[in-house]
Amino acid sequence: MLSRVADSLYWMSRYLERAEHTTRLLDVNLNLMLDESATSSDHRWQRLVQALGKPRRIRWNGDPYELARTLTFDVNNKSSVLSCIIRARENSRHVREQISTEQWHRLNSLYLEVTRPELQSVMHAEALQDNSETPAAFLQQVMEAVHQFQGVTDSTMSHGEGWHFIQVGRYLERATATAILLEAYHEDLWSQPDRLPEGNEYLEWMGLLRSATAFEAYCKVYTADLTPERILEFLLLDPEFPHSLRFSIDSLQTALQAIQRNSGKSRAEELHRIAGRLSAKLGFASVDEILSGDIVSYLRSIQQECQAIHETIYHLYVDYSIQTALAG
Amino acid sequence: MDNTSSGLPLRPRELAALKNYELDHAYDEMFSGANTLHEHYEPLLEHFAALPPEEVQRRKQAADLSFLNQGITFTVYGRDEGTERIFPYDLLPRIITAAEWATVERGLTQRITALNLFLKDIYNDGRILQDGIVPRELVYSCPQFRRQMSGLQVPRNVYIAVCGTDLIRLENGDFAVLEDNLRVPSGVSYMLTNRRVMKRIFPQLFRSYNVRPIEHYTQVLLSTLRSLAPEGRPEPNIVLLSPGVFNSAYFEHAYLARQMGIELVEGRDLVVHDNVCYMRTTSGLRRVDVIYRRVDDDFIDPLSFRADSMLGVAGLFNAYRAGNVTLSNAFGTGVADDKAIYAYVPDIIRYYLSEEPVLNNVETYLCAREKDRQHVLANLDKLVVKAVGESGGYGMLIGPHSTAKERADFAERIKANPRNYIAQPTISFSRAPCLIGDELEPRHVDLRPYVLYGDKVTIVPGGLTRVALKRGSLVVNSSQGGGSKDTWVLS
Repeated sequence: MLSRVADSLYWMSRYLERAEHTTRLLDVNLNLMLDESATSSDHRWQRLVQALGKPRRIRWNGDPYELARTLTFDVNNKSSVLSCIIRARENSRHVREQISTEQWHRLNSLYLEVTRPELQSVMHAEALQDNSETPAAFLQQVMEAVHQFQGVTDSTMSHGEGWHFIQVGRYLERATATAILLEAYHEDLWSQPDRLPEGNEYLEWMGLLRSATAFEAYCKVYTADLTPERILEFLLLDPEFPHSLRFSIDSLQTALQAIQRNSGKSRAEELHRIAGRLSAKLGFASVDEILSGDIVSYLRSIQQECQAIHETIYHLYVDYSIQTALAG
Repeated sequence: MDNTSSGLPLRPRELAALKNYELDHAYDEMFSGANTLHEHYEPLLEHFAALPPEEVQRRKQAADLSFLNQGITFTVYGRDEGTERIFPYDLLPRIITAAEWATVERGLTQRITALNLFLKDIYNDGRILQDGIVPRELVYSCPQFRRQMSGLQVPRNVYIAVCGTDLIRLENGDFAVLEDNLRVPSGVSYMLTNRRVMKRIFPQLFRSYNVRPIEHYTQVLLSTLRSLAPEGRPEPNIVLLSPGVFNSAYFEHAYLARQMGIELVEGRDLVVHDNVCYMRTTSGLRRVDVIYRRVDDDFIDPLSFRADSMLGVAGLFNAYRAGNVTLSNAFGTGVADDKAIYAYVPDIIRYYLSEEPVLNNVETYLCAREKDRQHVLANLDKLVVKAVGESGGYGMLIGPHSTAKERADFAERIKANPRNYIAQPTISFSRAPCLIGDELEPRHVDLRPYVLYGDKVTIVPGGLTRVALKRGSLVVNSSQGGGSKDTWVLS
């Protein structure tokens, strides 16, 4: 497979995952805003900005709708939902002959939908009075479109090298985003283990789980009995839930191994060493150990390793030097 | 054909759909006389007349939708909005009889053979120049003449592997060559998709006609390219080089690559090392043997041609010179489709093949020739003036449809750079019936068959029939509001 094609598929997938993540966080927090809770609005929105990895030029200025609008529609903001969808579509356009027609249709219609000029007003406060298109309905639509795209991808594209690069993009993005999300919640949930619940944290905790589409899945494992320890255990270490870090890293590793088999590339040891170490770190960990240690630096080390995996993939498959390639 | 038993009205003029079908001096593809049809159009008209107008519209919509869904679009340059557009499609096929096609096929084979010999000659011995058949200065002053090609051996001596010749029909019904496209001719994907849509929309009619198939085009193209691989490369890696997603023909590039099962590459995917061309893949560098290039000469190698090209591959021309990679078409083929050289093609055919041309040229005045120039300047209102290096309907003056200001403007340009202009009489291309609203109206059409030349010459029976959809217009280019039709060659 051409390196450029692999690169485009990888980024198409990463951008869509990012768009979905941002959309979901906005949806959850706009929803939380409707209820009174222990956490102040300022704190919550600042935490959202932090959970999105503190995008450049994004500041909390006291207006939730202004923030939501910037995060959704501002094309000057490279991590806005709109920017991500535009880039995902642009990447897919460059590999139009590699993806299925169904994939292209799904992504192209999403693009056409979100670039409608009328939509810009959805995120203004006055839109709340207007019942036609609420922010929630719009955000829901974006999430559904991304889910449909993933379904169409799995059912219409050959599960070969290209498909595996799509998996790599999705799970690497997801793992990084989840680690950043957990870090943003550290102060509220895990910084003071002995603090007793005051009774109205429930909404916040539920918010965190919802931010990773994890609420229902969590309940199936632990019942609706929410505790910070279990939440951390579930989002970090659950082997079966698709948004947990462990699941993401395991899926990433599977995809990387498949790519190596397909491409027959030697010298992938470094990549497998980093990915394998991260996988083992999550696979053999216990939540008690993590809680007794420095959670923030633990989460940061995961982010750094994800970054290292990204760079290694790049050097190995996309941006390798001609000299090494000729020698090998 | 027995008209009475088939139920066809003996007088086509009685059909409501034909009441506005006016004939003029242009050859009509369907009518042979004021109230008589060419025999091969009778079943088509009969079938059409039997369909209620709603049904016709339904089928038209089905066809349009099919193009839209397949994303068969082209890009119009110089506009911000709606830059991706569907190529308009006319529902009625253009029909060519077996006898007519035999002449076309013979003529095109003769022409590509001679033009190829011409290219080999001017880049090597230059016999035709020494013998004074083609003026030396005309060849050397052509911007498409590539000195870098001098003395270079190309595989099988094939310079033009893919050619799309524009044919028109004169008033007497004879086909004539309007233009040879020997660089990177496009449009073949429309020929193939038009056919696919047509078979879905009119299955019975199509079957009843015994139309010769064209679906093997991509397979023949692939084997043509394979036959041109450098020696000692029995399993050549063939790629299609595209300028990328912003090119107007990107759909076609992606389509052909997919149909042939070869990689669609861009300049940045290729590297040249030690005069060998490779593509960057996830499993490392893979050697490339044949490049079906859809990038113009100027942009293909920033080291040898335009240094500002972002589309090219540094060092590619040297790899080509070294014989390690084949480029199809070869560099410098543009000199043979120069509009001034065009005037000499009949002589070129006689010179190399000692045969009379099967297909005629359109009468052409070279502004570089003093006498011709005077004639052109005196008759600008009657002639079509074309810049020799332009294509796609750009840089053209259609005398009878022009304003005095445009004519004055062109006169200045001709005087400033006579070599750059030629003129031809305003020719009425033949007209074919097109569905306009609910009725049939005649519109001017041309025909672009695609000729492939590898170990042998192959022409799939058919081509792209382009239609000037605007009433009275003679410009068929997609960039200028043209459309297309499926072309049926009968067996």
